[in-house]
Amino acid sequence: MIENVLNYPILSTLIFLPALGVIVLAFIPGKSKEVLRTTALGFTLVNFFISLVPVFHFDTSTFKMQFVEQAPWIPGIGVSYFLGMDGISLTLVLLTTFLSIIAVLCSWTAVTERVKEYMMHLLILETGMLGVFVSLDLILFFLFWEVGLIPMYFLIGVWGGQRRLYASIKFFLYTLFGSVFMLVGIVALYYSHGSITGEYTFNLLKLYEVVYSYNLQWWIFLAFFLGFAIKVPVFPFHTWLPDAHVEAPTAGSVILAGVLLKMGTYGFLRFNLPLLVDATVAFTPYILALAVIGIIYGAFLAMAQSDIKKLVAYSSVSHLGAVMAGIFALNQQGIDGGVLQMINHGISTGGLFLIIGIIYERRHTRAIADFGGIARVMPVYAALVMVIVFSSIGLPGTNGFVGEILILLGLFKASPVAAVLGATGVVLGAAYMLWMSQRVFYGKVTHPENEALKDLSVREVVTIVPIVALILWIGVYPGHFLKLTNASTAHLAEVVEMNRSKGKVHEMALTHKAYAEEQAPSMGGHR
Amino acid sequence: MTPNEVAAAWPVLSIITFLPAAGAIFILFLNREDTELIRWIGLGVSLFVFLLSLYLPLTFDASNPALQWVEKGVWIKSFGIQYYMGVDGISLLLVLLTTFITVICMLASWSDITDRLRAYMALFLFTETCSLGVFMAQDLFLFYVFWEAVLVPMVFIIGIWGGKRKLYSAIKFFLFTFVGSLFMLLGVLAVYYYHGDVTGLYTFDSTILALTPIAPEVQYWVFIAFFLGFAVKVPMFPFHTWLPDAHTDAPTAGSIVLASVLLKLGTYAFVRFSLPLLPNASVRLAPFMIGISLFAIIYGALVTIAQKDIKRLIAYSSVSHMGFVMLGIFVFNIEGLKGSIMQMINHGISTGALFLLMGMIYERTHTRMIGDYTGLFKQMPVYGVAFLVVALSSMGMPSTNGFIGEIFVLIGAFKASWLFAVVVAVGILLGAVYLLWLFQRVFLGTYSYTGRGTLQDLNFRETVTALSLMGLIFWIGLYPRPFLHVMDASLNRLVNQVEENYRQAGMRQNASKATAMASRTVFTPVKGSGR
Repeated sequence: MIENVLNYPILSTLIFLPALGVIVLAFIPGKSKEVLRTTALGFTLVNFFISLVPVFHFDTSTFKMQFVEQAPWIPGIGVSYFLGMDGISLTLVLLTTFLSIIAVLCSWTAVTERVKEYMMHLLILETGMLGVFVSLDLILFFLFWEVGLIPMYFLIGVWGGQRRLYASIKFFLYTLFGSVFMLVGIVALYYSHGSITGEYTFNLLKLYEVVYSYNLQWWIFLAFFLGFAIKVPVFPFHTWLPDAHVEAPTAGSVILAGVLLKMGTYGFLRFNLPLLVDATVAFTPYILALAVIGIIYGAFLAMAQSDIKKLVAYSSVSHLGAVMAGIFALNQQGIDGGVLQMINHGISTGGLFLIIGIIYERRHTRAIADFGGIARVMPVYAALVMVIVFSSIGLPGTNGFVGEILILLGLFKASPVAAVLGATGVVLGAAYMLWMSQRVFYGKVTHPENEALKDLSVREVVTIVPIVALILWIGVYPGHFLKLTNASTAHLAEVVEMNRSKGKVHEMALTHKAYAEEQAPSMGGHR
Repeated sequence: MTPNEVAAAWPVLSIITFLPAAGAIFILFLNREDTELIRWIGLGVSLFVFLLSLYLPLTFDASNPALQWVEKGVWIKSFGIQYYMGVDGISLLLVLLTTFITVICMLASWSDITDRLRAYMALFLFTETCSLGVFMAQDLFLFYVFWEAVLVPMVFIIGIWGGKRKLYSAIKFFLFTFVGSLFMLLGVLAVYYYHGDVTGLYTFDSTILALTPIAPEVQYWVFIAFFLGFAVKVPMFPFHTWLPDAHTDAPTAGSIVLASVLLKLGTYAFVRFSLPLLPNASVRLAPFMIGISLFAIIYGALVTIAQKDIKRLIAYSSVSHMGFVMLGIFVFNIEGLKGSIMQMINHGISTGALFLLMGMIYERTHTRMIGDYTGLFKQMPVYGVAFLVVALSSMGMPSTNGFIGEIFVLIGAFKASWLFAVVVAVGILLGAVYLLWLFQRVFLGTYSYTGRGTLQDLNFRETVTALSLMGLIFWIGLYPRPFLHVMDASLNRLVNQVEENYRQAGMRQNASKATAMASRTVFTPVKGSGR
């Protein structure tokens, strides 16, 4: 933990500025839609610029938490308001503030009903997501984790498509199911830390300091796994995702794919790996298997879709499988790739949902069969789309390539079989994405109603260009981004490695300890 | 001046307790036609009592674990009955909840009740007096008097202003609680005579009674007697069947006061009397108490999911929620106890608010069936937001009060056994299922209303009522420190008292076991600085 180099609470500002925006929006009459949109845009823009401030003051040489803020919150059980940020949080915070702007922009004309509530939900969501990425107290983390659920529930349930009610409650209950068990895991961790050290606290950094018994780690890992795996989603917990995506409005999908899914993978990085190293090592083969199944299964499902949005939704299952595989390669390349791929997926899939939203607004259909030869009528659109498609495939020169290659490198080190299977996922990814683009964009214009489609408006170009720019920037010069997370990922890999090398010794020590405890006369205990 | 010196100068607690009753009598002398005046006076009295009760937390000495503002006077000398009132950190919040909720009740019945308004208002104020008396009485006999007295106005409120099956529900409510209370009275008398036989001093003074531990074999019988009295009130499974009927047929304000205050009488009595007076029985029977609490959490939630009537749904959810409260008490650690008291307050606020909101819509449409509503959000956005916030609080969403109580109970449950914690977690999950599903069916989707006229959103009075509850929900949710702080010292004292009595009673029972018992503790031992 490093003292806050800035003399003001930058992280609190970041988190609560959107919340302030919600209050401001509440006082604007619902009829002045332009004002509402502009205000929301203003808040997300300002927040984005604020999120750039830490970048310039960030110490890339350390994995320790920076810009920390701490204050007691709930007395009696050691809950504090504790914020801080390392490289991994920083990149995800940037992704969140960036995609929030995109989310507001892409709802400009798509959402015309109840704009006020809509924008308020988007801003609450931003607060929740940012809070998740910078909380260092487990209860605070859980608070933001849950707070993010509600606006998303509404975005899907109110502004969604036809089966929105079903999709929204499915989304909510699935996630809640996982997070309730995560809460039990958190309490278990709290309790064990307390009984080992005598200090009962939810302070993550203090919880890091203790080595928990393997048995305990195993159960806590399982509890956390349920919470995070549903969010990611890891196969077979992914079934809520296609429903939610298909019904969600464009901005909802952008945020969902771009940021919310990352909360799950972030959770693995922040909690499971460093806190529960022994269990992580033990669970790794199974998680790798699930991740690889996710990659391939997701890709096949994506290939079979006739609805573009569903196709992209299933491609997320595949891509997030790759992220999981990278993280659970448990070496620096893998984790680096996993983190970068989290960002990449946020950008490119966010971008894909955005371009689907644009065409949907014009044609009110998302069926691949309803399109064909769009490139002829909308050349600018098609050109920008292709960059995003390439990025999603992972073509060299785009961000996707860098992430994928790092993941494959790491994965190969950990398990060549998994790497080979994972690589087929890349091939399949190229297949379904290219096949989709071919059917939608190339060839003759097969449907006369597509003849008159207008190309992108200035606002739409302004929305997409930053995404394309980021894709190329990360693709050509990933160093800028990798540098931010390097210290943290190296530290994670090191923690696992240290543990592995002494793994055998450690295991024996644990058994000895358990044996000794068994032999010792019962100490009375309580009751 | 310390609170006790203040009480010597002017009897704060008696004034707060009996002012509503005085108001009730005053109202009975008003002209029955003058409904506006009756309403305003009812509101005025309850508001004044609430403001007066705010004096208590402002001058409360949180570092002093003992009873404060104590008033003691001889009542029936020959039987050792005293008029003995006092408030400590355990009852303080419940007193405030009572005075606050009464104001809410007055506002909730503003346009709802037109028939025999005078009697209605008087009965409500009388209920307030009795409930406050229960939370303050420290003499077991006085406690019993208030406990029984509170039944009467409630039975009339349900029986006269209630819904379709009001007589059935009122009588059921009366019989259940009355029979339970009779057993409780037997228990009280047993404690009284036991203490008299052992020490020669016949008294109902609970602080004195607590000084002489009761032999464990006697404790069991008394515990069962108390249990029958308290558990019916809570209500604990399987004594809960009166609750849905009473709630369904009670007028809105009746449901609010029933859920918010009356149910707490039972849980409060467990903490106040069963634990310190009967520690050995409490510990011994804890597995049983925990078992039915856990069962109630799950069973209550499952039954709730199946309800079609919104009011019945909220009523059954109380069974589940009170299961959390009871669990917190009987896991025997300080977190559980704290969570339990917090959860009493939270349930009072959230479930009271749910009934209030239900009443608002019922007044407009005269139906409580979920199937009769869809897409209300579009027509009544303010109402929708209020309902959402309250529902989230009831399901324990972080940043609302419900979460604070739940996390304490969860930690307490986990300390006892991880298995309890898992059941609690499932309970939380099911809570979200029924509330969210309810919200979705009633508020989302396309709006349709087939009744008379168009539905109006909340008026000014209703908005203010709802806002005050929402304010509390977020206050406790985001800044719980002041609420938790007041109970610290008193709870620690309670824990020590229970430990001490547990040991001493153990010695009384069996000298050979005494040494073994002396080293045991009832509560999970406190260690470390984190608390």
